[in-house]
Amino acid sequence: MSRIQNAIIGSVRTAIGWVPAQWLPGGTPDPLIGRNAVIGRQASRLDGPLKVAGKARFAAEIAMDRLSYAALAHSPITRGRITRLDTSAAEAAPGVILVLTHRNMPRLNPLPLISITDLGAVGNSNLPIMQDQVIRYNGQVVALVVAETQEQADHAASLLEIDYAAEEARTSFHDAKATARVPASILIEKNHLSVGDAERELERSAHHVDEVYRTPGQNHNAIEPHAVTVAWEGEALLIHDATQMIAASANAIGKLFGLKKGQVRVVSPFVGGGFGGKGLWDHQIVAVAAARLIGRPLRLALTREGVYRIIGGRTPAEQRVAIGADPEGTFTALVHTGYSIMPPYGACPEQYTLGSRALYRSKSFEVVQRHLDLDIVPNTFMRAPGEAIGSFALESAIDELAHSMAIDPIELRLRNLPERHPTTGVPFSQHALGQAYRDGMKRFGWERRSATPGMRREGEWLIGMGCATGSFPYARMPGANIRLTLRRDSSATLSCSAQEMGMGTATVQTQHAADRLGLPLDAITFELGDSALPAAPFAGGSSQTASLAGAVVAAADKLAGELLRLAGNDSPLAGLRAGQVRLAEGSVVSIDDPNRRESYGSILSRAAREEITVAAAGSPPIEFLKFAIHSTSAVFCELRVSTVTGEIRVDRLLGSFDCGTILNPKTATSQLKGGMIMGLGLALTEETLFDERKGRIMNASLADYHLPTHLDVPAIDVIWTGIPDPRTPLGARGIGEIGITGVAAAVANAVFNATGQRIRDLPITLDKLW
Amino acid sequence: MNPVEYRRPATADEALTLTGSAGARLLGGGTNLVDLMRKGVERPSLLADVSGLSSLIEPTEGGGLMIGAAARNSAVAAHPLVRAHYPMLARAILAGASAQIRNMATVGGNLMQRTRCLYFADTAGSRCNKRSPGSGCDALEGFNRYHAILGASGDCIAVHPSDMGVALAALDAQIRILSTGGIRVVPLTEFHRLPGDRPDLETALEPGELIVSIELPPSSVAARSAYRKVRDRASYAFALVSVAAGLAVRDGRVEDVRIAFGGVAPRPWRAFRAEAVLLGRPPTTEAFEEAAEAELQDATPLSGNSFKPNLVRRTMTAVLSELAGDDR
Repeated sequence: MSRIQNAIIGSVRTAIGWVPAQWLPGGTPDPLIGRNAVIGRQASRLDGPLKVAGKARFAAEIAMDRLSYAALAHSPITRGRITRLDTSAAEAAPGVILVLTHRNMPRLNPLPLISITDLGAVGNSNLPIMQDQVIRYNGQVVALVVAETQEQADHAASLLEIDYAAEEARTSFHDAKATARVPASILIEKNHLSVGDAERELERSAHHVDEVYRTPGQNHNAIEPHAVTVAWEGEALLIHDATQMIAASANAIGKLFGLKKGQVRVVSPFVGGGFGGKGLWDHQIVAVAAARLIGRPLRLALTREGVYRIIGGRTPAEQRVAIGADPEGTFTALVHTGYSIMPPYGACPEQYTLGSRALYRSKSFEVVQRHLDLDIVPNTFMRAPGEAIGSFALESAIDELAHSMAIDPIELRLRNLPERHPTTGVPFSQHALGQAYRDGMKRFGWERRSATPGMRREGEWLIGMGCATGSFPYARMPGANIRLTLRRDSSATLSCSAQEMGMGTATVQTQHAADRLGLPLDAITFELGDSALPAAPFAGGSSQTASLAGAVVAAADKLAGELLRLAGNDSPLAGLRAGQVRLAEGSVVSIDDPNRRESYGSILSRAAREEITVAAAGSPPIEFLKFAIHSTSAVFCELRVSTVTGEIRVDRLLGSFDCGTILNPKTATSQLKGGMIMGLGLALTEETLFDERKGRIMNASLADYHLPTHLDVPAIDVIWTGIPDPRTPLGARGIGEIGITGVAAAVANAVFNATGQRIRDLPITLDKLW
Repeated sequence: MNPVEYRRPATADEALTLTGSAGARLLGGGTNLVDLMRKGVERPSLLADVSGLSSLIEPTEGGGLMIGAAARNSAVAAHPLVRAHYPMLARAILAGASAQIRNMATVGGNLMQRTRCLYFADTAGSRCNKRSPGSGCDALEGFNRYHAILGASGDCIAVHPSDMGVALAALDAQIRILSTGGIRVVPLTEFHRLPGDRPDLETALEPGELIVSIELPPSSVAARSAYRKVRDRASYAFALVSVAAGLAVRDGRVEDVRIAFGGVAPRPWRAFRAEAVLLGRPPTTEAFEEAAEAELQDATPLSGNSFKPNLVRRTMTAVLSELAGDDR
């Protein structure tokens, strides 16, 4: 598939390579840039009052008549087979309705894996789901027990008697390196990138750094564990899910269970955090199968441990970064290679080299990722997959090089900022990383940093500063559909199956629609969270806002055309075509002569229409093939390290972002700060303890897996350039994940500045220091 | 979780009757026992909730302090007499868990809490001699960063996780235990058993017995005392190493000293050897380091915690140096 994918992407690039920029959608900057009324203003989340009043119902809170409750049983072995399965005690336990195992599970095909070229494919794994007695990873679902209450289901699950014959499993990261695979593609990028002879340039460079950086496995810990409440009515299936892919899940589940289009409805108006983990996994499938067998609604909420057992996390990784520089600090070689896990039945390649392909100029490049096969729950997309850990390696290496050359690490970066995308040669749509650094330095007080490590001390504490670049590519997904209804009273409703995982999707698109239609905020309703609405793409890759915005643009254009048609020859607008008008102040207005206008109410009244509805899809997102479009950031950290214990306490964090137009400062600040806190977890506390002897995760709880607590999180300052991107809807780029990137390196670099100790192995725990 | 009978005895005598029956467990705040029931580590058939029994905190005639076993951890930490006379105890309690857990957890339950060894808690996938005697120990060659360097055995390397207990060990606390035969008193330093070849036997408390109170004697060092906890994040993490210490210096020499360690042993570890080294000596950094070395001479670091002896030495030296302050 990957080679074919390369060919397709390559041919698309070739085909549109000659098209002048202005011919492309986005080639003419969005006219809304710079004349916004509501976009760019502070607005509180529209769903805030519902949430604080407890009225926002999440998937595990939906009440239904005759609801049953389910519990999962997981395999404690990693590879082998079930040799004995006695469900009699569980079936005889009070309240038990069904024990579902591979024996009575309906025969189902595997799910097609998530793929860039097939947006209907949503599987995080294409392993069989409870179809046979074979165990393929530790934690695999082996049974589902359904009972009248949750307690009865939990108890009965503990009465299952299952014997296993264990076989040797592949669980060692180190051993698997001997048989690593080199995939042809990493997402839509060709994997192996070779420009010039990087190894040779490295050898003859005046200065160089060449190190290996290690990051551990990490697990998803959204505050809301995965959950579904499922009901069949005949052949119609209703699923209340916690998901970041509503429309695609409905399609995939329908196909799996042999249902017709439209028979499956997935509802998910509120999700308690997604972060890449809330996709389609085994629990939804077994819940749907069980509910059908018992002819009753069913709820399955994963336990916190259950999330660790059957929902993948981030792969551990081992990355080599080598940089060569001439005496002026100009990069002559950039090598970024490494190993991470991606079993053949998984979907996430952990694209940690993407940043290195796009951030700095270099005379030569050597970039390639290698995949390891292990018998594990397939790792998945998690909190800036790739970029989060890739930026740790790259940005630590740059700091090391700067120190060895006695150059300020910011100065070294600025000397190597590219004019165009450094490996494809494609122009940037907009790029102000240099300004983000200069703004950040000033605000943070970078001049107070001592270039020599270990120079600042307060009592037993050594104090240090560090910085690093963060980056995340822009994406806008195809397949974003919007239905737009405009009423005679100048109110409008926009509908699509988009996802709200807490980031403020509806709030920001309501602001957008208000500006796009020239209406006040309270005239707009934005419906989402339901597959019965026009299909929207998944929320992932920090792309949802741009994807939806593109569809709103298309719907508004279509609406303008429809309004002109309705306005007819008796209107001041008579004779104008769609491209000659804009929507503003509740009216259709001539662009050339703003006095030629007619209000929506007037047009609809004269046409004797109460309302008008249009449906549209966002234009194909070819802007990000024609332009290099990236969000970037400069992250600054000040921290202290105890000379007694090695404990690290972060005192200050600053993120200076270049992410295009900021659509809502309030929700954006929350999201960027949240990302930076995740970056702190990556840097200092988070680590999945995977016992390679067993292939088993040992710290599957919030007590034993250390997320940062309130006391670990310092004051966080967030600023941005706010420069609109001329090639994207609203001038905006995604901000969901970039906050995470760069933070781990900024912390590690600050630890070095404080202590002179270079830690290349996350998390930076106290025992690695003294 | 298994079906379980819940009873709430009104008197200590009634609790004694209940706890004598097979499958019975005493329930305090439930912050550990209920977790372990959910994981299937504990499978009691009867819970006798003793959290309604004595929670009094009052001065004793001898000038010490009596703390009822059902006193909530947060109540002890906030008590004026504790804060005034035993500051290290208040600090130790506040270093533990979270505010919500401290509001529920009782003093008796804190001492009875079980190890947080990951393999002990993993009934489905791991061997553990403490949970299932004779089955083996997966921690010996596994994740043992949090495990013991003192007092462990080849059968079990788990640590006792209490912060409060470390302060109580340094303060010479006495545990008052009620049985049908009356009250007996056990020093806290002897209350938790070392594992030897029976890591399943954890404390001096026998079936049919109940902790009724903790007694703190008056102390010459308690008023100048400290508790320092070293951990992987700033809150809600168990100690990698903790040090409770009190110091009295007269005429430039250590007149009295109490030192206990947490996070390094199957019990709150009273550092008797270190104390003996220091008595009568000038309170210098060298003396503190020598004392730590004496305490650690039998330490047996594991694959995952070879940093601990050094961390104990540095932390103990720093705590005592700070307590010595101007007397040096």
